[in-house]
Amino acid sequence: MPSQEQSRPQRRDDTPDEAPEPEAATAEATARKDALDDDIDSVLDEIDGVLEANAEEFVRGFVQKGGQ
Amino acid sequence: MTVRRVMGIETEYGISVPGDPTANPMLLSGYVVNAYASSRGSRAARASWDYEDEMPLRDARGFEVARHLADSGQLTDEEDPTLANVVLTNGARLYVDHAHPEYSSPEVTSPRAALCWDRAGEQIMLESVRRLSSMPGTAGVNLYKNNTDGKGASYGTHENYLMRRETPFSDITRHLIPFFVARQVMCGAGRVGIGQDSTEAGFQIAQRSDFFEVEVGLETTLKRPIINTRDEPHAVAALYRRLHVIIGDANQCDVAGLLKMGTTSLVLAMIEDKFIDEDLGVRKPVATLHKVSHDPGLQHLLEMRDGRTMTAVQLLWIYFEKAERYLQSRSPGAIDEDTAEVMSLWSSVLTKLERDPMECVREIDWVAKLSLLQGYRDRDGLQWSDHRLKAIDIQWSDIRPEKGLFHRLAQRGRIDSLTGDAEVKAAITNPPEDTRAYFRGRCLEKYSAEIAAASWDSVIFDVPGQAALQRVPMLEPLRGTRQGVGDLIDRSPDASTLLRELAAANG
Repeated sequence: MPSQEQSRPQRRDDTPDEAPEPEAATAEATARKDALDDDIDSVLDEIDGVLEANAEEFVRGFVQKGGQ
Repeated sequence: MTVRRVMGIETEYGISVPGDPTANPMLLSGYVVNAYASSRGSRAARASWDYEDEMPLRDARGFEVARHLADSGQLTDEEDPTLANVVLTNGARLYVDHAHPEYSSPEVTSPRAALCWDRAGEQIMLESVRRLSSMPGTAGVNLYKNNTDGKGASYGTHENYLMRRETPFSDITRHLIPFFVARQVMCGAGRVGIGQDSTEAGFQIAQRSDFFEVEVGLETTLKRPIINTRDEPHAVAALYRRLHVIIGDANQCDVAGLLKMGTTSLVLAMIEDKFIDEDLGVRKPVATLHKVSHDPGLQHLLEMRDGRTMTAVQLLWIYFEKAERYLQSRSPGAIDEDTAEVMSLWSSVLTKLERDPMECVREIDWVAKLSLLQGYRDRDGLQWSDHRLKAIDIQWSDIRPEKGLFHRLAQRGRIDSLTGDAEVKAAITNPPEDTRAYFRGRCLEKYSAEIAAASWDSVIFDVPGQAALQRVPMLEPLRGTRQGVGDLIDRSPDASTLLRELAAANG
């Protein structure tokens, strides 16, 4: 299998710098990112609803003894 | 060769009573264990732990620490009657370790199974939390699958891997230390605060890294070592060692957890087969471990002993490429599914980490946590010193699905899952079928009234009409499987029949 060994470093060097993605893919990625941003807002809204109301007191109260 | 070997995960949970930081954690942890044990019927609570083969002071380097010289925290083999300790029908051990409830998974043979039975442990802890919170007049107990309180205390999530005894321990330390320095970028759980007691504001990759102070050692509760030398094989000592890995974080992301167990198992296989032929040593490994953890951008350059410099991801690529060559040379065309899955995820995660770590937001705990924290920072302009970010860090690991922030993200489909609800549910009560955990678990399920004690490598029966206790040693981790003893247990209505049949089969 030495031929496969040879091919290995190529995968590592296959960074966006050396192999720019086609423009369509970039546009698609931007659209996906916008959708994700909307979703992140709704995620934060949801987390707001479950997060401990008094963060400072909650953090101060979380005291553990050391373990292994 | 393969990722498959006998392995397990031992998880200590953070514990607190809402509104009462002074509550006694030893007592609370006992309540947690007993709440689950009693929910399974009082019989389950009867089986206690057999300490005969526990050797917490035995050092893999070949000596034993004098008992009176040991820190009391190292003495884990003395039974304290106030501390609860049960063996479960799934082959796991549920008990109080120091000031935390701990679930030690049964022995399994694959990283996937390790995840599955660790997840079952979460469900078992959740059952206890539910029971304790429904008791009238109490504030209940909350449990956290994390590894630090951010105020100087840390508690562990340990991995164990069965290895060949003949492998020199010095080979293990030499090749594993650099791997562990780098491994955290794939499987750290993320943490708000830098330094053991968070003296510096900021985010770091791993919960545990700042608590590691030496390269090699026997301690687990102080001066924690990157390589722990505790030598309790819980098996035939001449043939096996059980490598006790204390440096990892508790994972909630399946992909990170699978990679933690799978890649470590592969690196151990290469060490056992003496396949690693170059020095991958890192200069100042302890300081480097901290620096890698403090750099979520993954740009920190490790200084290698041979003069090279590289990032943690580049060092992991070297281990990956060796593993790939190793697999091709040892088992060309015959790589099992578990190994193929680990190799494929390993490669894709390294590729993403190298391009942009945030691409691993569905797969790696620290990235998922950082993404949520960053969302808050961007929206509300929060500094890293803000209490809300610290609260998110803690609440991230609350095991209750309605309160735990990881669970909320997972429910929204934002995390890649590898374990199915049905298999995890089955693993709460059923043991793995391919290790001695099967014998232990089935015996607990079927003969609990006649079991006096059990441990990793024994079950002790107290059979009516017999004066002496009957100890069944189980020093071979791959014996006592369903294939080996399933029929025998099925057709033995009681323990005395089972023991008679076992004696006949071995005679």
